[in-house]
Amino acid sequence: MEARFRLTHPGFTLEVDLKLPEKGVTALFGPSGSGKTTLLRCFAGLSRASGGRLVVAGQVWQDETQGLFLPTHRRPLGLVFQEASLFPHLSVRKNLEYGMKRAGNRGGEGFQACIDLLGIHPLLERGPGHLSGGERQRVAIARALLTRPRLLLMDEPLAALDLKRKGEILPYLERLHDELDIPVLYVSHAPDEVARLADHLVLMDDGKVVASGPLQETLSRADLPPTFADDPGVVLEARLVGQEADGLSRLAIPGGELLVSRVEAPPGKILRCRIHARDVSLALTPPLQSSILNILPARVAAVAATDTPGHVLVQLELAAGLRLLARITERSRAALGIGPGLAVIAQVKSVALLA
Amino acid sequence: MDASNLAAVWLTLKLASVVTLLLLLLGTPIAWWLARTRSWWKGPVGAVVALPLVLPPTVLGFYLLILMGPHGPVGQLTQSLGLGILPFTFPGLVIASVCYSMPFVVQPIQNAFEAMGERPMEVAASLRASPRDAFFSVALPLARPGFVSAAILGFAHTVGEFGVVLMIGGNIPGKTQVVSVQLYDHVEAMEYVEAHGLAGGMVAFSFLVLLALYGRRRLGGWSP
Repeated sequence: MEARFRLTHPGFTLEVDLKLPEKGVTALFGPSGSGKTTLLRCFAGLSRASGGRLVVAGQVWQDETQGLFLPTHRRPLGLVFQEASLFPHLSVRKNLEYGMKRAGNRGGEGFQACIDLLGIHPLLERGPGHLSGGERQRVAIARALLTRPRLLLMDEPLAALDLKRKGEILPYLERLHDELDIPVLYVSHAPDEVARLADHLVLMDDGKVVASGPLQETLSRADLPPTFADDPGVVLEARLVGQEADGLSRLAIPGGELLVSRVEAPPGKILRCRIHARDVSLALTPPLQSSILNILPARVAAVAATDTPGHVLVQLELAAGLRLLARITERSRAALGIGPGLAVIAQVKSVALLA
Repeated sequence: MDASNLAAVWLTLKLASVVTLLLLLLGTPIAWWLARTRSWWKGPVGAVVALPLVLPPTVLGFYLLILMGPHGPVGQLTQSLGLGILPFTFPGLVIASVCYSMPFVVQPIQNAFEAMGERPMEVAASLRASPRDAFFSVALPLARPGFVSAAILGFAHTVGEFGVVLMIGGNIPGKTQVVSVQLYDHVEAMEYVEAHGLAGGMVAFSFLVLLALYGRRRLGGWSP
């Protein structure tokens, strides 16, 4: 996927030039006002960027040098908005059929699979007014998918939901992530959602792309601007290998193991976990007596300043090329003589499981 | 009720029905444009549509009389088309009433379109509906409460007009003599019994219309 847009509003300029993977979830992440939603609207054709160019799955949707601009209704895309956007005058079933009919999916190909995937079968004959916020979003996602889009755009689909509803819908989004073979652009300002769902990360600030790359790699960069570095941390994929007798679970990561609070999942299951930089401390020798269970040998790759005075961010490389971030004080850094190339021991105080 | 009263009632209902129908057809595109445009013309056009709200009906009637009269541009046009001239005919009355009741129809529809916002149209576009398709399949059904209000107000306002009708329609029984004018005649002629019949009927009618309007608003909301 190739996207190049330049758009000027009074006091705001969006200027991006992106190459994105054709598969998987790409998160557009950034503070409010950074242009995430504007960028999404450019993809959708709801905003027209002069000098824009957009190629999706080999098809040119926009190329202003040739005066080509497909209007939204001619683009094979699915769009899910922040707030529930079901048509209130139609039942759930009619809402689903609205897009299916117009996208030439009269036969209802994939209908059953889609309503099973999103668990909305019991809701079909109801009116949107009788659904909870989470149910409405699931129906909106199904409605978008049933048009058989080549690109799914989601604009903070969970932002309007309370914590409980979020928890209710996230598993469905994860199933979507596993089963969908089209690219998804997911706008969010919630780090946890991004860590859970995304494969690729685009960081935006003030209308510009600050960083774009695979999620794990991008999150483990130590040189991101302070906007993104107030709670840095990496995301790892780990495989559940076994349950311990004392209530812990053993996870395998490339070149090591992690012990975490018990996870109820079948062995072999791939789990995403997040390790915050503030939960990683460093030592020069393996501690002999410590309450910390997860101790990993690592090598310092880089040291960067943070926006908190007296603290630095240390980028570590584990045995198998995995990266961790550790946030330590400048005083400790100087006392231990930490600098690029030094072998250290990373002590991980806690591992947050995301799924 | 005597035959002339009955004729006046019948003519009034016929006029109000035709005018309401025409206003819904004409007012919808105007309301849509006013609700969605960012053009500089929005202000001036909106003001022109709203003029009948503040102008004395006689002012409007006077200008329409001039425009549609034998020497006015509209009058010249209708004459050259072989339609004669419009003042003191039923079609003339219809045109005058359409102008006079326009804001009562355009504004509720415009409000409904504005309340709907851009989002439903964007959603429809993302589901492959062309703008025209989305207008009929989404915007019109969502604005339905506005249309019902517009129809009720347009109808009732046309029934209740007096000044414009007197200026344009004159007072020709069975042709342009509507209830309000007929009532005026009865009072002039001291026929208070007949006048009571018509006046009481108008009060009851207006009350029922407003009851329907406000009762419906209180019930509002969607139940597909």
